[in-house]
Amino acid sequence: MNSLSLALKQLRYQNTAFWRNPVAAFFTFVFPLMFLVILNLLFGSHDLEVPGGTVNTSTFYVPAIGALSVITTCYTNLAIWMSFSRDEGILKRIRGAPIPTWSFLVGRIAHAVLLGLLLMAIVAAAGVLFYDVDLPTNTLPAFVVTLALGAATFCALGLAVMKVIPNAEASPAIVNASILPLMFISDIFIPLHDAPGWLTTFANIFPVRHLSVAMQTSFNPFEEGLGFEPVHLLVLAAWMAAGMLIALRTFSWEPRR
Amino acid sequence: MTPNSNESLEAVIQVAGLHKSYGQLEAVRGIDLRVHRNEVFALLGPNGAGKTTTVEILEGHRSRTSGDVSVLGYDPGKNDRKLKERIGIVLQSTGVERYLTVFETVDLFSKYYPHPLPVGDVIQMVGLGDQRKTLVRRLSGGQRRRLDVAVGLVGDPELLFLDEPTTGFDPSARRGAWEIVRNLRSLGKTVLLTTHYMDEAEALADRVAIMVKGRIVTEGVPSELTQRKGRTIIRFRIDGENVGLPEGLQLDQEVVNGAYSLTTDSPTHVLHLLTTWAVEKGIELEDLAVTRPSLEDVFVELTGAGPMEGEGM
Repeated sequence: MNSLSLALKQLRYQNTAFWRNPVAAFFTFVFPLMFLVILNLLFGSHDLEVPGGTVNTSTFYVPAIGALSVITTCYTNLAIWMSFSRDEGILKRIRGAPIPTWSFLVGRIAHAVLLGLLLMAIVAAAGVLFYDVDLPTNTLPAFVVTLALGAATFCALGLAVMKVIPNAEASPAIVNASILPLMFISDIFIPLHDAPGWLTTFANIFPVRHLSVAMQTSFNPFEEGLGFEPVHLLVLAAWMAAGMLIALRTFSWEPRR
Repeated sequence: MTPNSNESLEAVIQVAGLHKSYGQLEAVRGIDLRVHRNEVFALLGPNGAGKTTTVEILEGHRSRTSGDVSVLGYDPGKNDRKLKERIGIVLQSTGVERYLTVFETVDLFSKYYPHPLPVGDVIQMVGLGDQRKTLVRRLSGGQRRRLDVAVGLVGDPELLFLDEPTTGFDPSARRGAWEIVRNLRSLGKTVLLTTHYMDEAEALADRVAIMVKGRIVTEGVPSELTQRKGRTIIRFRIDGENVGLPEGLQLDQEVVNGAYSLTTDSPTHVLHLLTTWAVEKGIELEDLAVTRPSLEDVFVELTGAGPMEGEGM
């Protein structure tokens, strides 16, 4: 088999295995959707000022929870799954087999990205059906680019963070501690209009807010241009490059002891 | 190269002056090794002897500090896919996805190799035919071990690394595993086995090497190793208090629970002395046995430790 079909085979079996673990599958899907429902229940009827006009808060939450979905599957889940695979010796087993390592990694990463996209689609569909949110039209290319770059960035960071994960049991704690606080200050759970300037400046160092804000632009019904956010996309790309560099230099196939 | 190795045999593994250090710790201190095509070679040694480090260097899992290593003509340190296509690795420290079935697992791995064996045949060969559709997470420890072997075999490797392949097996599963290894040899494969079961090495290996503290202390055909010790062991038990021994007889070790053991080059003479003395004193020598030293005796003498202390490495 060539490398690409190996990656596809890997992806297929990865997907089979994922859905056979109902608890993991359930939480992967239910958490973002739960946030979407609860946050909309709590704050959904408020008005929110956006460039060009005023929208319902739901129009904020659909792209925000979409960003959260991509971050959860690509960063949180990927890092935790890979840490368990590393501890269980699955990575070491793969390392001893004649599969190009990129075929294996692409299979794993592609699975995380597909889950993220599926979740994004569910969130967007729920937005249209229940929250009267408009889907991107003229901003569709920008939305796709933002989503793709966001997925790539958080996958790279998910692999990079494995460097500081000593063992699989510690992985949920480390991964969540590194991402949850950022979500609170990055226009994911709460729109940051009233936040102190220094907090926004601080949040802008990290990639989470850039993804969220760029996605919100795609969903802004008053946006008349293409909706690209070059600065936000550049910051994401920089984080992606840093993540890839760290992952390439530190990735370990051996269980940590 | 060992001086007594047969140069006319094709070497599948050649190691010369292999060193491996972890910081200050020297795990492997200059070993030479030659494994020939179509033999079962067993690497034995107690805990921390450096066997796993050595084998993992040969498999390409670890880098070496110095020395020359050639496996099927490749340098395993170069992570060459062509080499990996021709070897099979069964380690204790590796795992497979827990939410795939036995069949799916072997099938997935078979796709990595250019000329895999039929997946069903391999599963049958390791005795998991009834578990084809069972999820890996529902397998017993022994079954999972057999799945490891199946995954190692499915690429139809010329050379198979087996790390403690029967640890945790019940006796019948063990015989089954031995049958697989013998079967592999009859198919022309080469097997490098590490084990801490001496009977396993004696039953399977054409040649063995014993490693202690990072060095190979002895190497050869098991029957030669036991002959090299060249002596006879007389064992018996005497119940009750310590009654001493006839003059001129030397025990191998302290009496433990009434068990005596003597090693001698003149068994006839010693037995005569012993039995005459026992008859005179009216002592019964329970479980009297005259044996040749086993591989385990050689091992204990060389390593100064019971092989079971080597468990887990």
